[in-house]
Amino acid sequence: MSRLQLVKSLFRDSSNIKLLTQVSNAPAQDLKNMRQAVKQNAGGSREDLRDKLKLMAQERRESISSLNDAWVAQMGNGAYAFREKMALFWHNHFACRSRAVSFIQQQNNTLRTHALGKFGDLLMAVSKDAAMLQFLNNQQNRKHSPNENFAREVMELFTLGRGQYTEQDIKEAARAFTGWGFNINGEFVFRENFHDDGLKTIFGKSGNYIGEDVIEMLLANPKTALHISTKIYRAFVNEKVDDAHVTAMAKRFYHSQYDIADLMQYVFTSDWFYHSINIGAQIKSPVEYLSGLQRTFNLNFVDKTPVLYTQKILGQVLFNPPNVAGWPGGKAWIDSSSLLSRLQLPSVLFRNETINISVKESGDVNEEKLVRKNKFEININWQDFAHSFESIPDSVLCKTLASYLLQVPINDATIKRIENKVSAPERTETVKQLCISLMSTLEYQVC
Amino acid sequence: MKRRTFLKKTAFTTAGSLLIPQFLKAYEQKHFGQKPLNDKILVVIQLSGGNDGLNTVVPFRNDIYYRERPSIAINQNNVLRLNDEIAFNPALEKIKELYDNGLVSVINNVGYPNPDRSHFRSMDIWQTGSSSEEYLSSGWIGRYLDAQCIGQSCLPHQALEIDDTLSLALKGQQVNGLSLQNPEKLYRQTQSTFVKTLTDIPAADNHDNVAYLYKTLAETVSSAEYVHTKAKVNKSRMMYPTTELGKSLNTIAELITSGVSTSVYYVSLSGFDTHIRQNDQQDRLLRQYAEAVNVFVNDMKANSRLDDVMVLTFSEFGRRVKQNASSGTDHGTANNVFLIGGPKRTRSILNEAPDLTNLDNGDLKYSIDFREIYATLLDDWLHTDSTKILTQKFNKLPLF
Repeated sequence: MSRLQLVKSLFRDSSNIKLLTQVSNAPAQDLKNMRQAVKQNAGGSREDLRDKLKLMAQERRESISSLNDAWVAQMGNGAYAFREKMALFWHNHFACRSRAVSFIQQQNNTLRTHALGKFGDLLMAVSKDAAMLQFLNNQQNRKHSPNENFAREVMELFTLGRGQYTEQDIKEAARAFTGWGFNINGEFVFRENFHDDGLKTIFGKSGNYIGEDVIEMLLANPKTALHISTKIYRAFVNEKVDDAHVTAMAKRFYHSQYDIADLMQYVFTSDWFYHSINIGAQIKSPVEYLSGLQRTFNLNFVDKTPVLYTQKILGQVLFNPPNVAGWPGGKAWIDSSSLLSRLQLPSVLFRNETINISVKESGDVNEEKLVRKNKFEININWQDFAHSFESIPDSVLCKTLASYLLQVPINDATIKRIENKVSAPERTETVKQLCISLMSTLEYQVC
Repeated sequence: MKRRTFLKKTAFTTAGSLLIPQFLKAYEQKHFGQKPLNDKILVVIQLSGGNDGLNTVVPFRNDIYYRERPSIAINQNNVLRLNDEIAFNPALEKIKELYDNGLVSVINNVGYPNPDRSHFRSMDIWQTGSSSEEYLSSGWIGRYLDAQCIGQSCLPHQALEIDDTLSLALKGQQVNGLSLQNPEKLYRQTQSTFVKTLTDIPAADNHDNVAYLYKTLAETVSSAEYVHTKAKVNKSRMMYPTTELGKSLNTIAELITSGVSTSVYYVSLSGFDTHIRQNDQQDRLLRQYAEAVNVFVNDMKANSRLDDVMVLTFSEFGRRVKQNASSGTDHGTANNVFLIGGPKRTRSILNEAPDLTNLDNGDLKYSIDFREIYATLLDDWLHTDSTKILTQKFNKLPLF
């Protein structure tokens, strides 16, 4: 298959959209409302109240975990992998937290649906999304008492990038977004009473602008195409940006009316995408690490504990970005502790070795205190896996597995040591042990 | 020594490994013994979850306080008086003891403009030293490391967190701090034969990221070895409480008295998110805190190191003035900060008590930006230039 054909088939496969449906779309309530509701209904003792709240917090934790598990599983499924990778990119771009699990699911499905569509549609949908409106306080953005949070982030992080607007632009844009809110079902509502319909001056133009006008202005500015292209380049090609490549991407993106699929196809079919300088140029994010494991070994996490545990000790929990700017990524994934954890994980996951790394508590009483679980059960069909390497002579088995598992070359001396270390009576076990060792290398951490 | 020779040999035969001279230097320094960045030490204790400041330093003569907190206010008769206005929670008895010896500063009304009431965001702000409008991906202690390490190689253990994972506060742009639960455990992790293989054999690839991974691992192994060897020098003779914090402060004390070249230590105590039945929970935690810190300070004193060691205690926010319906409190804003240890002070209460008549939507207004405290500690305690670490210039406080 030619490169172009391959990329085309990738996009064809990715046309399937599988929405997450773990959480019922029952009206979402934040904890404050829950507390009030419980107080009114309980009518009983403090203990009753406490127990009910505990139960609710636990239910929330469980449903957010199941959402997390389901997403990770879907990322590991080849047919959906690319769309899910894009959805993860947008989750980082439109980084958001919410207490309401149904809002989280809804937003996540929005990202998935538009992941390869038009960026303008995606931006509009996310801007009108309950979780985002809540996260960036637009529910409180009202005529006479504007809240600028959303207006600032939509410019700084979602579209133009820093330095492309004035403080006055933010103030005036915030007025245009007044009245944008959501109801308890997570539906967008325009609350006309709260909207400031006066004259606004944004980016040097004046009019009685509404929120949709501002979104349109942001899309009309080519700086948005440049900002998004830069982020895509950093996430999919190389953290070190090549100005010429990004400028070309931005130009194409802008002229295609922000067609994301077209942009990605352009990237994947460009010669520079395959230059050795761009292979293995990134440090795997913890979530990519997990989804990579699944794809490589076709494994399912039967016991779901390691899914969240791995995210926590490596520093990336889905639906919990550190702030609206998303995860810093790249080298920031790595410090002494997270690196040692990465080197230990393959043995822990596949060799049932004991792990003794405790997870930091966030301080939030409603957050899950992850029980320190010492061993995980993971089922991989090593026989099937080894079968694919049946015809490989023993002498080059380790090298062959290395080139399958690693994106960058590894020193022959390391291969030698791994070969010497592994001594198993039969082939399947040898393959397994070699894989575990190869995944415990520094080279395995890049993609 | 063997490994050093090996590294020297391989370092210069590996094409494209820009990292080698630097991490080789790290090994060298380990062997020649390294001077601390300076002679002063800062220990940061983070109270996670938002400690209720008003029940920690109690405005025991304030009617509004008792009116707004009918079921959780601390009884006037039980408080430990600091002056005519404020008093410690009785659970802080062991801190009061230090206070009476001139070893504690209380800083009231600490916060920042446009306070954020989310745990995550507010902790982010405190740990990175940002304003509420900016998002930084490095911590203030990490950037302190960065600033100290310009032009010379730097090792992660110069800022050390007692935990299994590293907080954002200790992540720099160039250098990260080190985290360990205890020196022994980290040492064991880095001594596996496989980790040795990885550090013995250079990378075959010349990507910048691969080099960074090799460098990080080499530094980790080197730091783990250094801390492990050093930490054995001096074992504590004090009886520390058996709580997590007690154990952590014991570890820190042993590292300090053993002469480990760490300038900043970081440790957290969690559980302060007291929405329900606050008093039992807070009482227990404050007592744990006070008992552990008391022993630590006395340990430093017994080792003649107290003049060089300062403990900063903070939480990501205080709580609302008015209690909630579950005998708890919800997320608030400004809070108090303690500075314990260092030279004896003449002034123990730095500023005015919280003004409960002048609230912002039911929350305390801040009068001291937490970054003024950071700036003062950086400039006057750690003797560095705070303007290179914080994103702007802040007023200094008369802390010592």
